[in-house]
Amino acid sequence: MDIRELQGYASFFMTIFLVVVLYGYIVYLYRSEKKGEKDYEKLGNIALDDEIHSEPINDSSANSDEKKERNK
Amino acid sequence: MQSNAALEYDYTVAKLFTYTAILFGFVGMLIGTLIAAQLAFPELNYLLGEYGTFSRLRPLHTNVVIYGFTVSGVFATFYYSAQRVLKVSMAESKFLMFVGKLQFVLYVILATAMVVTLLMGITTTKEYAQMEWPLDVLTVLVWVLWGVAMFGLIGIRREKALYISMWYFIACFLGVAMLYLFNNMEVPTYFTSGGVGSIMHSVSMYSGTNDALVQWWWGHNAVAFVFTVPIVAMIYYFLPKESGQAVYSYKLSLLSFWGLMFVYLWAGSHHLLWSTVPDWMQTMGSVFSVVLILPSWGSAINMLLTMKGEWNQLTENPLIKFMVLASTFYMLSTLEGPIQAIKSVNAIAHFTDWIPGHVHDGVLGWVAFMIMAGLFHMAPRMFKREIYSKKLIEAQFWIQTTAVVLYFTSMWIAGITQGMMWRAVDEYGNLMYSFIDTVTVLHPYYAIRALAGVLYVTGFVMFAYNMVKTMTSSRELSEEPQFRSPMA
Repeated sequence: MDIRELQGYASFFMTIFLVVVLYGYIVYLYRSEKKGEKDYEKLGNIALDDEIHSEPINDSSANSDEKKERNK
Repeated sequence: MQSNAALEYDYTVAKLFTYTAILFGFVGMLIGTLIAAQLAFPELNYLLGEYGTFSRLRPLHTNVVIYGFTVSGVFATFYYSAQRVLKVSMAESKFLMFVGKLQFVLYVILATAMVVTLLMGITTTKEYAQMEWPLDVLTVLVWVLWGVAMFGLIGIRREKALYISMWYFIACFLGVAMLYLFNNMEVPTYFTSGGVGSIMHSVSMYSGTNDALVQWWWGHNAVAFVFTVPIVAMIYYFLPKESGQAVYSYKLSLLSFWGLMFVYLWAGSHHLLWSTVPDWMQTMGSVFSVVLILPSWGSAINMLLTMKGEWNQLTENPLIKFMVLASTFYMLSTLEGPIQAIKSVNAIAHFTDWIPGHVHDGVLGWVAFMIMAGLFHMAPRMFKREIYSKKLIEAQFWIQTTAVVLYFTSMWIAGITQGMMWRAVDEYGNLMYSFIDTVTVLHPYYAIRALAGVLYVTGFVMFAYNMVKTMTSSRELSEEPQFRSPMA
């Protein structure tokens, strides 16, 4: 097998792999929202409520605070 | 990071880049109009000696509108919106403020040097990469400083989630950084010729077909990462903010983002269809170009659906009008591009005026409309004054929309006419037309394009005037508008 053929196969399987990853990402997005783990749609509000003193939309810091509380 | 009640967003750097966007926009579009007129009326080539010829001015036009106007617009909107979506002020970090200002100073030096060297005829001759190596080094410096400011702001942010616009700005930074370095690997001819060549003139480290491939890997992705990605970043912030409507589907925005990243990088070889690059690579360029419709339309449709139930704003707010039309032109342009990338279509379209026609419905209708709308939205917040004149924006909108339509329709007709005439053969297989026959036939379309240029520049002057009056003499605002930009 010469280098060109090898490149062809590498390109083909790389494309298949990336397509699988992309579709996997779609499934992940919808599944994690259905399970209630994530709420992607509320992140759209970051553009609307963007004053410097507004509460951050994403509560990941609040989550980590909660975790800290629970672990005490 | 301090926390005090008087803390405000600091728009110093955003303002500076707004000024350069207006300046370079005017200069670049004026040169564009002149060279469009030169194609229709060749005598105009001889106005300024060697400095006024089409060959000297054409790279100046493309470089000034891309690296002067568009990139200034990208930096201005970044330094404005990044602070807001990350909920952190530039004023909170003296270091980042210094980096932003230094980036601006170096950028102005770079842009000035670019204009001067290109006018002098100092060029690598690679399209959209004409700047010679000392300027490339300076470009890298400016870009790295932008990266420092970007990741610095991200590092000190309050909003933990990165809004979708930030993803697109990051992609712009990383994409351009990678591709620019690869395409500008060059050696001054002085060193390759044993001292005979020039220190200021370099040659690419790649040769022949490889050089062409790397060149169009960059060339097309300059379209991707300068004309598309940061402009999508803008519309994802400015349209929701101006309309008061959250983006229709955040998940679709994420999906379109990764789709675009995945597909765009592979489409560049469609610039080399019917050339000496391997056939499989040409086919790959075609296929990926067609697939590219999906993520592009994903973003554009997401933007149009964001206006769902609020279409009345289209008639009431001229900025919404600009952004919705920008999104629509994005759809048109990203459908037209893949059509041109189909091999059989490309056999007619390649080297014809349909190509600049395609480019300009994208850049005039999508890129420039979005940048101007973004800067209009920012003006009342940055200068704490209402926009000087709504009527002027309305008039500007219709003049420039007419200009874009005249531009691309004339070039569609010119391009297809040209392509058909070049290929036409008589019953014996002889070519039916000589090159000059096409030039004669195309004259009226070239004249229409020049007229379109005049109209677009007129609209841009109205924009610049409106912005300057907003900065200096418009009514002062007591508080920052939340959504819709106030205008007199």
